[in-house]
Amino acid sequence: MRITCPFCGERELGEFTYLGDAKPQRPAADAGEDAVYDYVYLRDNIAGVMDENWYHGGGCRSWLKVTRNTLTHEISSVEPAAGAGARQVAK
Amino acid sequence: MKYSIFSLARAALSGHKTWQPTWRDAAPKDRYDVVIIGGGGHGLATAWFLASEFGIRNVAVLEKGWIGSGNAGRNTTIIRSNYGLPGNTGFYELSMKLWERMEQDLNYNAMVSQRGVINLYHSDAQRDAYARRGNTMRINGIDAELLDLAAVKKMMPFLNFDNARFPVQGGLLQRRGGTARHDAVVWGYAHAASALGVDIIQNCEVTGFVRDANGKVTGVETSRGKIGAGKVGMAVAGSSSRVAAMAGLRLPIESHVLQAFVSEAIKPLIPNVMTFGAGHFYVSQSDKGGLVFGGDIDGYNSYAQRGNLPVMEDVCEGGMALIPMIGRVRLLRQWGGIMDMSMDGSPIIDKSPVDGLYLNAGWCYGGFKATPGSGFVFAHLIARDQSHKEAALFRLDRFQRGAMIDEKGQGAQPNLH
Repeated sequence: MRITCPFCGERELGEFTYLGDAKPQRPAADAGEDAVYDYVYLRDNIAGVMDENWYHGGGCRSWLKVTRNTLTHEISSVEPAAGAGARQVAK
Repeated sequence: MKYSIFSLARAALSGHKTWQPTWRDAAPKDRYDVVIIGGGGHGLATAWFLASEFGIRNVAVLEKGWIGSGNAGRNTTIIRSNYGLPGNTGFYELSMKLWERMEQDLNYNAMVSQRGVINLYHSDAQRDAYARRGNTMRINGIDAELLDLAAVKKMMPFLNFDNARFPVQGGLLQRRGGTARHDAVVWGYAHAASALGVDIIQNCEVTGFVRDANGKVTGVETSRGKIGAGKVGMAVAGSSSRVAAMAGLRLPIESHVLQAFVSEAIKPLIPNVMTFGAGHFYVSQSDKGGLVFGGDIDGYNSYAQRGNLPVMEDVCEGGMALIPMIGRVRLLRQWGGIMDMSMDGSPIIDKSPVDGLYLNAGWCYGGFKATPGSGFVFAHLIARDQSHKEAALFRLDRFQRGAMIDEKGQGAQPNLH
């Protein structure tokens, strides 16, 4: 598996660290316990195409949103993750 | 067929042409009292304990491929009970005790070899942590010995004792730990369960659950037709989320790939199972002579039964740091298996929120050693609708209650357990 970082180009997997599924969103501070439990512990654990957060620690140190197939390891897109970096890129 | 010295002699005198298949490859019936999904070690052990201990013999084990084709045939065959947290300590010792009598119970040679498991330590802090774990084990009646450097040198003179960065200081040894032949464990349970009337049904993939008006599971849809069931147990670690999703459940589990490795055969070298405490590397030597070793999971969600090169490099570097001489040995085979990584690194053996469906999941990469214990407590749960006392903490709702069993203290980040 090699990941094409939008900032650094194609790099080997060892430069990247995995956080996980990009879908769970932190619930609002006043959301109930169930919402927090769902966010912290429950996963869709998709067998197929999944959006994920990866960190390019061995390169530009950007957070990336990688769309990858968990059945084949095929990567279909890599974008800057939502946040300050992505806003910078969009300018 | 009962195996003994006499059956061996009889078969030998007839040129080994009279051996019969050791278990029946059954076709599905319309209905069973209990259907177990998953023909790996855990599923087959559950079926055998249901039949032998709990008197439920109208049981089917459904396997989508061939039995033992998943993680039961992909692990590094280590058995041990050196856990430090309540919930784990007693359960794994129950499993260890069942390993010690398994071959007599099943009338099958599973090559259980209690050659010892040693965890090496490389710092004062790690020594203290291991001493604490060893004390926890001994308080619970489990054997543990803290070895100093001289004792480790005597036992394993071939280690690198000149490593300035990660000096070997000693190790925590469990002499009753060791290895077992993983395929023979699968075949042994299949052999004994089949003899008690359990139907082992291969090439039978579950595609859905049959539910009644109240939502209770009353059977399964499979690639070989509908099969009715009084109760359904799932033991499909690696695919737990996919099977549970068919019943509308989301689990606190991610599927990750773990690689394992075997070298070419060499003369006897590694006398036990050993782990490197300063990296993640563990190794034993098979009876054929190959070094069987592994390390970390790859770290990303995967259902592909293969891994990538960075972890392979990391594992081999760990091996080289500990045993430099193995740099001359060639790697023979490498493969991957899919781990049910739970959110606290411990398993789930519990009733599911769906009536009639029972969960056996979340084994992370420690499921093999648990095979007999898991089968026993899961059969207990299914037969009596009540957790066995040694599995009473492996509850599905423990994450909601804040009652995690987090042996590594990593929190809800499954790829770090």
